[in-house]
Amino acid sequence: MSLKTFSRGGVHPPEYKLSSGKPIIELPPPEVAVIPISQHLGAPAKVVVERGQEVKVGQLIAVAEGFVSTNVHSSVSGKVMKIDQFTDSSGYRKMAVQIQVEGDEWIETIDRSDDLVRSSVLPAEVIRKKILEAGIVGMGGATFPSHVKLTVPKGKTPEYLVINGVECEPYLTADHTLMMNRTEEIFSGIQLLMKGLGVDRAIVGIENNKPDAIEKMNQVVRGSNVTVQGLKVKYPQGGEKQLVQALLKREVPSGGLPIDVGVVVFNVGTALATYEAVMKNRPLIDRMVTVTGKELKDPSNFRVRIGTPVSMLIEKAGGLPGNTAKVINGGPMMGKALSTLDVPVVKGSSGILLISEGESRRKEVKPCIRCTKCVTVCPMGLEPYLLMSLSEKGLFERMEHEKVMDCIECGSCSYTCPSSRPLLDYIRLGKAEVGKIMRARKAV
Amino acid sequence: MSQIIIYTIITLVAIGAAAAIILYFVAQKFKVYEDPRIDEVEKALPAANCGGCGFPGCRNFAETLVKTETWDDLFCPVGGNETMSKAAAILGRVAVEQAPKVAVIRCNGTPEFRPRVTQYDGAPTCAIAHSLYSGEGGCPHGCLGLGDCVVVCTFDAIHMDPVTDLPVVIDDKCTACGACVEACPRDIIELRQKNKKDRKIFVSCINEEKGVVSKQHCSVSCIGCSKCFKVCPYEAITMENNLAFIDSEKCKLCRKCVPECPTDAILEIGFPPPRIKEPVEESEINTN
Amino acid sequence: MNKFIVSPSPHIHTEQSIPKLMYGVIISLLPALAVSVWYFGIGMIITTTVSVASAILFEYLIQRYMLRVKPTHLDGSALLTGLLLAFCLPANIPFWMVMIGALAAVGIGKLTFGGLGNNIFNPALVGRVFLFISFPVAMTAWPEPGQWMHYTDAVTGATPLGLMKEGLATRTVGEIMPEVPSYLYLLMGKTMGSAGEVSALALLIGMLYMMYRKIISWHIPITILGTVFIFTGILWLANPDRFADPLFHLLTGGLMLGAIYMATDYVTSPMTGRGMIIYGVGIGIVTVLIRTFGAYPEGVQFAILIFNGFTPLINKFVKPKRFGKEVRNG
Repeated sequence: MSLKTFSRGGVHPPEYKLSSGKPIIELPPPEVAVIPISQHLGAPAKVVVERGQEVKVGQLIAVAEGFVSTNVHSSVSGKVMKIDQFTDSSGYRKMAVQIQVEGDEWIETIDRSDDLVRSSVLPAEVIRKKILEAGIVGMGGATFPSHVKLTVPKGKTPEYLVINGVECEPYLTADHTLMMNRTEEIFSGIQLLMKGLGVDRAIVGIENNKPDAIEKMNQVVRGSNVTVQGLKVKYPQGGEKQLVQALLKREVPSGGLPIDVGVVVFNVGTALATYEAVMKNRPLIDRMVTVTGKELKDPSNFRVRIGTPVSMLIEKAGGLPGNTAKVINGGPMMGKALSTLDVPVVKGSSGILLISEGESRRKEVKPCIRCTKCVTVCPMGLEPYLLMSLSEKGLFERMEHEKVMDCIECGSCSYTCPSSRPLLDYIRLGKAEVGKIMRARKAV
Repeated sequence: MSQIIIYTIITLVAIGAAAAIILYFVAQKFKVYEDPRIDEVEKALPAANCGGCGFPGCRNFAETLVKTETWDDLFCPVGGNETMSKAAAILGRVAVEQAPKVAVIRCNGTPEFRPRVTQYDGAPTCAIAHSLYSGEGGCPHGCLGLGDCVVVCTFDAIHMDPVTDLPVVIDDKCTACGACVEACPRDIIELRQKNKKDRKIFVSCINEEKGVVSKQHCSVSCIGCSKCFKVCPYEAITMENNLAFIDSEKCKLCRKCVPECPTDAILEIGFPPPRIKEPVEESEINTN
Repeated sequence: MNKFIVSPSPHIHTEQSIPKLMYGVIISLLPALAVSVWYFGIGMIITTTVSVASAILFEYLIQRYMLRVKPTHLDGSALLTGLLLAFCLPANIPFWMVMIGALAAVGIGKLTFGGLGNNIFNPALVGRVFLFISFPVAMTAWPEPGQWMHYTDAVTGATPLGLMKEGLATRTVGEIMPEVPSYLYLLMGKTMGSAGEVSALALLIGMLYMMYRKIISWHIPITILGTVFIFTGILWLANPDRFADPLFHLLTGGLMLGAIYMATDYVTSPMTGRGMIIYGVGIGIVTVLIRTFGAYPEGVQFAILIFNGFTPLINKFVKPKRFGKEVRNG
């Protein structure tokens, strides 16, 4: 098939898909699980268990607060030890439920068999309700509550469902592994999402460095109203705006969402979680995590229970290499650097990357030489050199005028800058300040 | 030749005179009336244009002073009571006296007390480090040491100490304008009452975590044990959210709370060191 | 176990750096350098060496002792400025003039504005124009090619453009052309001119190399050359006796050097593709106007400096195409 791509900007970081082709290794539950109650965008959930309470796998431990929120379930069975503030990946403390794991007992309603259950005739509202009940969020890392995405606002008409199998970040292979090993279930999940959204067309976008996944998905969807489209390898193809533009030649308007052009985008992992939630009554309690790095002994794709400490994953992948300088939750372009390994895997953790000092230490910052490379690579048509300069001077209103809120924080600008300027650091600061200004304006 | 010179002089003088007359009449026609007292008051102000009074520039503050009858909320921290009474004298108003204040850094997390557990490699400003994570020392309330407060001070009153990685305020230069308080993303800097000889007693910690947690990061953190609260004879100390706070207006600098603190979180600055009792000689003890 | 490093994303970086870019440009200038040494011999070697060494030395001295900042003389930009300055001087110019030119280029053209990244005008051109105005006689005496061992005593003459300008006062184009070297010679570089101007072919090879290494984009050089070609083409078609043909204009003077190396200087050229095209068209038009209607035989140096001044304005109003149209009322 001919390959499509997005029209503006983009960079080509080396791919290093070290864990590609490795099978899914299912990890046992940890000894102690720490499950944060806010693993999603929106309001944190409200805890509904108490200290000392016995819980089973799949049991509801926190309930959604308001519409833009979702449920949180226990991924282990055991006793609730503490409901307290625990350090998360940012080093700040957030509320979480700590469970002392005993055995592996599941609640009875979950179907744990491997039988493939084909799509049923459940109506759209029931599908959406089951997605909310199961605590499904965007598994690509954005963690937006999925039932909210499926609820189309008045006045908008959905036409296409787009499934994001791009995985454009270097090193990460979780989505690739899912597409190779759980293809039928993903297909079933896609059909459920189509029903829940109310569309009859779906496109799966996959980057061309995964030809086996493209072929396998193509085989499974043959004859249905789901199509697979290969995409050129270019970062950030996996950004939803870039994906919609590449697949359908529609540009999501500035300040808008994909639904404004009739599209809703979900990650393949979310499609799989939807199948498990609707067909197997299984809430979101585990996910695929790639543990990788050049010095790591066994780069692997693990199926991990939510709440497992990152330290356990690294042990299972061969132990922390001696020259590890940075541990990243996510990919090297957009992931978050961890300050400690004592943090839990959460719903949005797509990978753990260990890199050495040579690969990660930033070089000395030099002045801007106006080489225009940052402007050329920005996929949103912004001017990062100008935005950084404005941010340094505190000229935040002007940044709003220069469309800083359109920035998707992909990191292409900082990656490319020959002067090693921390462009994205300052742009993020500007976005936070402009966000404050915009909220203050609305409040008036 | 001389005729040319004479004609030139006459022409140029005529043009100059005509321009002057036109300019004079235009200036009169478009003159903006301004209360002449505004200029006088502005002269009395320190001309720092720092915004410490809450107004954009000394001229604007002068205009406000002329317009307002009662000056309850109007105060120039740079000029202080002296400037306010001068301005009051010009306008026949009453200046409200305020106790002078000084900026105090309420964190003592040096590398010795608060060991660094990570290396920060992002852009060197506190605002960005704060939005990223809890900081190199791990304490989410601790000073990040990147100097946003230093950059913003227009009076050269605050500098970074390279050994302790903490900012140091030069009391003589500090005007309590509040710029550093605004700039600090962690709200570590507080404007406290200035005492004679620049003496201070304050809790050098703003950590609101439970004592067990805060001690994991820093050995001089406030653990909220309330021992200081119990001994204060003037009720100047309040406890809230695992943190002690000494009200600088109520504190009489009696120093009773300082030795009580088990983590040495309360700092006393500007006092002579406590007298050490002479050690008793061995031979004098066993006198039976 | 060392402490972990924590920073905001992204956590990886390309190999690209300022020295790599600067040295890439310098490599692309090597063919032109070789050709000009072949034609102008020892004069070229002296001029180039003095220019490069002075530029680096002056940058170091000014930064270390006058500005009290960390010297950046080794990052490749001073070397490049020195090299480009040498390329637009006559090869027989006395070495002390070269030093003055380098001082003007680095001191006035770059460091007074705040150093790398802050200058508005191309430093090499500032140096050249400074010398042009200060020493007009020495700057318009061009050595004939082939004089290997002659330095300040080289035989000099006028460039093809100079011939054209003077000649047009009394003769037609057709009558002047036989005195101009053949187009093949112009392409190869066997003509009177400043060191870097002469070989159009060598400069074009350098341009292709830089485009391949993604150091420059096509916008500026192609637009300038295209505009000059079209504008002079129109004039020539209108009156072939008064105006020389487009190929003549493309191959003579400093146009190639200016279009490929001077106008494409990162710091002084616009930041967007559309901006670069506007900039290129402007430079092309002004160059032709000065060459055909102005007082000087060569206009490209002034045209570039004028449009360097326009660059901030172009940057302010010509923005890249934003992704997604504005949402009404959001």
